[in-house]
Amino acid sequence: MTATQSTEATREREGESDDPSEGTTTAGPILAVEQLRKGFGGIQAVDGATFEVAPGSITGLIGPNGAGKSTTFDLITGVYSPDSGRVRFDGTDITGWRPDRVARRGLVRSFQIARELAGMTVMENVMLAPPDQLGERFWPAVLPGFRGRVAEQERELRERAWETLEFLELDDLAGERAGALSGGQRKLLELARVLMTEPEMILLDEPMAGVNPTLERKLLDRLQELSDHGYTFLLVEHDMDVVMEHCDPVIVLHQGEVLAQGPPAAIKSNERVLEAYLGGEVEA
Amino acid sequence: MSRLSVWLRRGLRALRHPLGGDGDADGARSDLVLVGGLVVGVYALFTVMALLGPFDGVGNVLSQLETVTLLVLVYVMLALALNLQWGYAGLLNLGVAGFMAIGAYTMAMLSAAPDATVPGLGLPLVVGIVGGFLAATLFGALTALPAIRLRADYLAIVTLAFSEIIRLVVRSEAASEFTIAGQRLGTGGANTFPLPPNPVKVLLYENPSEPLVAAVDSPTVAGDLMLEIADVFNLSASQAENILYTLLLLIPVGAFYLLLTRIGNSPFGRVLRAIREDELVAGSLGKNTRRFKITTFAVGCGLMGLAAILWQLQGQGRLSPGTFEPELTFFVFVALILGGSGSNTGSVVGGIVFAAVLLEGPRALKRVVDENFDVSADPDTIIEASQGVEPLFAYLLSDSSIEALRFIMLGVVLVYLMQRQPQGLLGHRRGQAATVSLPTREEEEP
Repeated sequence: MTATQSTEATREREGESDDPSEGTTTAGPILAVEQLRKGFGGIQAVDGATFEVAPGSITGLIGPNGAGKSTTFDLITGVYSPDSGRVRFDGTDITGWRPDRVARRGLVRSFQIARELAGMTVMENVMLAPPDQLGERFWPAVLPGFRGRVAEQERELRERAWETLEFLELDDLAGERAGALSGGQRKLLELARVLMTEPEMILLDEPMAGVNPTLERKLLDRLQELSDHGYTFLLVEHDMDVVMEHCDPVIVLHQGEVLAQGPPAAIKSNERVLEAYLGGEVEA
Repeated sequence: MSRLSVWLRRGLRALRHPLGGDGDADGARSDLVLVGGLVVGVYALFTVMALLGPFDGVGNVLSQLETVTLLVLVYVMLALALNLQWGYAGLLNLGVAGFMAIGAYTMAMLSAAPDATVPGLGLPLVVGIVGGFLAATLFGALTALPAIRLRADYLAIVTLAFSEIIRLVVRSEAASEFTIAGQRLGTGGANTFPLPPNPVKVLLYENPSEPLVAAVDSPTVAGDLMLEIADVFNLSASQAENILYTLLLLIPVGAFYLLLTRIGNSPFGRVLRAIREDELVAGSLGKNTRRFKITTFAVGCGLMGLAAILWQLQGQGRLSPGTFEPELTFFVFVALILGGSGSNTGSVVGGIVFAAVLLEGPRALKRVVDENFDVSADPDTIIEASQGVEPLFAYLLSDSSIEALRFIMLGVVLVYLMQRQPQGLLGHRRGQAATVSLPTREEEEP
């Protein structure tokens, strides 16, 4: 089942790549970050970062440890409010919005260190994610008159949850407590939740860390497929092969600022990037 | 005929699957067995203790069982309400007693007669009960609003302060009687606040507001029937009335349980559990955590107010500010911790064990010891008391130390539990957070 799905995904991707899918990229940026600044005590974690993300792209966000990648994510998604600067998403100024409001607007993130809901099962974790569930409102949850409709929606969600879990090879663990999962599985669970929210744009913070190579391959194919379908990704990743192969453009953060951005090939040969990020040691 | 059988079958299914639909039938059945067994055990224990104590006929035994049952039911309701806030959503409410006081006093002020010793608005009791529930809900929301955006600890501090403010206001001279828009109102201050007759009294007597002795002279049809049954068991009218009240209390207790399991098994409950585990995750998935927390807190407080109303209406029906001391809050917490927070069945079990064994047990035990041992010699200090078994009993079970003994037992039980089973008796038994059954797939592929 999963194997066929995987080949299907690949085939679809190859099919798509024949078509010129330039239509979406001509529109304005879906995410625009301007002069974002955030300091913690004496440390200026983000210091005037400015970049844009085009709709439908898989944009890579790289940089050495402490460059401000995760803080930038936190500022975009409302975990912290920036000291100054603006964040615009899909034409709306979302600067300083609370995380839940940002997520409902269609911008959802994963966390660098997986934050699984340990006491809940894998399935419950995934079922939590979909937005606008009828049974999440108090009266429909309680009153008998809504029971049928709530249960019906739950069955639909359960079906979608199974598909997502199967795709991420977590279906065997559906009834398991999330706290019992391995590190890699937790990252996958996080990804499953994010996918279940059906957002417009997804911020992924090192989604491949701890995931086995076969599944990583599959995940990347899936990301590509989703982006072909109009999803936008901003991806923090340390694996340079992944970034260079799948991300375009690539943004390099260094000391809270954007050091360079452009297509992977240009980044690869950018002197300043090599100096700052790779410490000068580069193979080829 | 066929319709009747359909209804019967539906009723039976509802009993077996209180969650309806795809609920976990095995879990529900074993929970029922567990709670049933516990109730039988508690009754056996208290019957034995009543028989060993100053035995005074069957009526007396029944009446003692009624006392335990009432306490158990009240604590079950309170533990369930607290479980919604703390067990599900992780909201630390240290003001349980305060919200109970709000509910009970609002009910009293709305429905007490305008010409009574403590004047009220004289509205029907139903209005009072609903009003009390709504007032506790509203105050819950108001307390939560400023505190809930802060960290969890602040909510605890605010609620603790709030409950003390309520208690002190209620018993203050200024609040004991005042006039608003020409209407005399009051809380009775430090004195007791006589409540209007409860629904059972209204059902039983023509003139329910009269003192019981006089009211018995004019029973209704139901009252006649009850007095006859009471005669068979050698019960006094007030004992029979209390037993009836307590039995009827099973209905709201059942409703509490159903309501809370329903919340727990709904997507709403799923979000609450997510908030408890990691609020940032719930928020990052687009859940408006603030709305969920305030709703949950308010509903929980409303239920606490309702539980207090149902408790205080029993029997003579007198409110006293002393009932709503902060220790009441901690009693409810102990009940919930005992049973296992997060589990509704655990809350029920915790309510039973706490109220029966820890709260009422020592009192019943004292009656037994008083009856069977010579404890008239009442030594003053524990050193004098340790001269022999009987002085020791006498010391430990004197009126002053029985309260202390109760707290010592509480402490011992809690320490033991934290060591052996920190999640409580049933803390591992969490219902699934979904309306439909989760781990199985309907169309499993071959």
